[in-house]
Amino acid sequence: MLLTLFGISVLVFVMLRLVPGNIADILFDAAGMIDTADKAKLEHDLGLDKPIVVQYGEWINGLAHGDLGYSYVSEKPAIDEILPRIPITAKLAGLALAFSVIFGVPLGVISAVKQNTVLDYFLRVISLSGLSMPAFWLGLLILMACVAWFGFIPIYTDPPKGFWDALWLFSVPAAAVGFRSSALVMRLTRSAMLEVLRQDYIRTARAKGASDRTVNYRHALRNALLPVVTVIGIEAAFLMGGLIVTETVFNIPGIARFLVEAIRWRDYPIVQNLVMFIAAVAVLINFLIDLLYAVLDPRIRYAG
Amino acid sequence: MAVTEIVPAPAPKIERVETSWSRLRYYAAAHPLGMIGAAIMVVFVFAAIFANFISPYDPIATSAATTLKPPGAAHWLGTDAMGRDILSRIIYGARISLAVGLGSTALGCVVGVALGLTSGYLGGWVDLVIQRVVDVLQAMPLLVLALVMAAALGPALNNTILAIAIPLIPYSARVIRSNTLALREQPFVEAARAVGMSEFRIAIRHVLPNTVAPLIVIATAQLGAAILTEASLSFLGLGVPEPHPSWGRMLSESAAEYVRTAPWLVIFPGIAISLAVFGTNLFGDALRDILDPRLRD
Repeated sequence: MLLTLFGISVLVFVMLRLVPGNIADILFDAAGMIDTADKAKLEHDLGLDKPIVVQYGEWINGLAHGDLGYSYVSEKPAIDEILPRIPITAKLAGLALAFSVIFGVPLGVISAVKQNTVLDYFLRVISLSGLSMPAFWLGLLILMACVAWFGFIPIYTDPPKGFWDALWLFSVPAAAVGFRSSALVMRLTRSAMLEVLRQDYIRTARAKGASDRTVNYRHALRNALLPVVTVIGIEAAFLMGGLIVTETVFNIPGIARFLVEAIRWRDYPIVQNLVMFIAAVAVLINFLIDLLYAVLDPRIRYAG
Repeated sequence: MAVTEIVPAPAPKIERVETSWSRLRYYAAAHPLGMIGAAIMVVFVFAAIFANFISPYDPIATSAATTLKPPGAAHWLGTDAMGRDILSRIIYGARISLAVGLGSTALGCVVGVALGLTSGYLGGWVDLVIQRVVDVLQAMPLLVLALVMAAALGPALNNTILAIAIPLIPYSARVIRSNTLALREQPFVEAARAVGMSEFRIAIRHVLPNTVAPLIVIATAQLGAAILTEASLSFLGLGVPEPHPSWGRMLSESAAEYVRTAPWLVIFPGIAISLAVFGTNLFGDALRDILDPRLRD
């Protein structure tokens, strides 16, 4: 786990230094004149003239002490820029995940139980189209529908007042992000259910006279949920991709949109710390999923 | 009694001749959705190859006289703020999407196969090192890694392909490795070794061909992901640069402000992306069912 994070830190750090043109270039390009002495001074102030290994060492050392450096753009401490944005993205991700479970799991079960019926085909086509649509386009379509039907754009302008306001404001973009994940969860639930429904103990349960309902929910679903939990966990980490574009579309000031802005501005302290944070969350979630897996499936505990 | 008297009975005439064509027809009948997916893909490939013949207008030429025209007889899908024909841009955009999709999938798979095969076949510390590298690449969400890569490499078509290919590497590397691990213990590998074949040749001639089926399955799945990622990168302004018409960038140019005034700018490029990815997904599902019977529902 730590090794992976170390690898990511090196990868990101080296890649960002490969970028042709640093912030000094961008600022001086924008100003339209290049004074080499000024530029060299700026690079020196920002520590960009030091050897890359030294820069890396300073970054990691700071990271260990909770010092993330300063944003080049706003000149505020990077941690003050990043921390307030985390809850916004976390709420959005949580809602999107809830959305994907609430719709994905039941629809997947229905699709499996009614295998090869019209309903099953319909649900499968819907879920496949969910996997095919870019999240930002779905977001734009939702915006369009809101404009056409309700005459307003649900774009984030002011911080929400109170719980219900926030829920309303976040639920629209969360649906745009969550649609894809719910499609994924549904597909996986369906194939896991079909797998389990073929097992001998399901036949035994039916033979002893258990009702369809009992067999499907008490016997099959419980076992089918195991792989689904894994995918939900992986999705939780990978929601980030959908969040990046969706936060851009809906103008939500979370970390995902911030990352894109920071990349555009070559704001290294922000980019490298944000990417590290995202990777750390992803690695941590994977670790928790492994633990959860052992809790849910006694076979893994005993084998381990 | 001479042996020659035993005349073998004439072989019964086989009714169904197994040609590749009849097998194709059989699969098509068994997987109607996959067939639809293949048809969609053929349409897009056709559009990409013959873009200069079928598109009604120049996709790049701007015209002040025809800005923001809604869909009509002259411009079937309307025009954008610079007076460019949307239909033509979408047709040419198929080239970019397919070039990036196929290019990055192929590149990612080639590197992934090389790593996976080496890792699985050699084992030991080589395996350990490669697996750690794969872990690092896989720990990051695809779009995040692609974004940083795209920014690091700079805006160009080739760089976009590379930026998407690298995050795709771990998936094929993983699958090929686990297949190789199983294959390496098979009797035919032992037989090849027994007749004195070199390890390198065994890996290439005996192990590699047996990993083709899962590779095809994973490659089609990645094709859709690659097209989507290109669209997202271009939408964020970090993908394929001007003057190439890219579906994703068509949406970013038209984003929020045209949602109100010019919905055709938002709707049609999005349909193109979704349909192309939908086609590959349908086709990929059918392929997976055919090639990997264990996963069949």
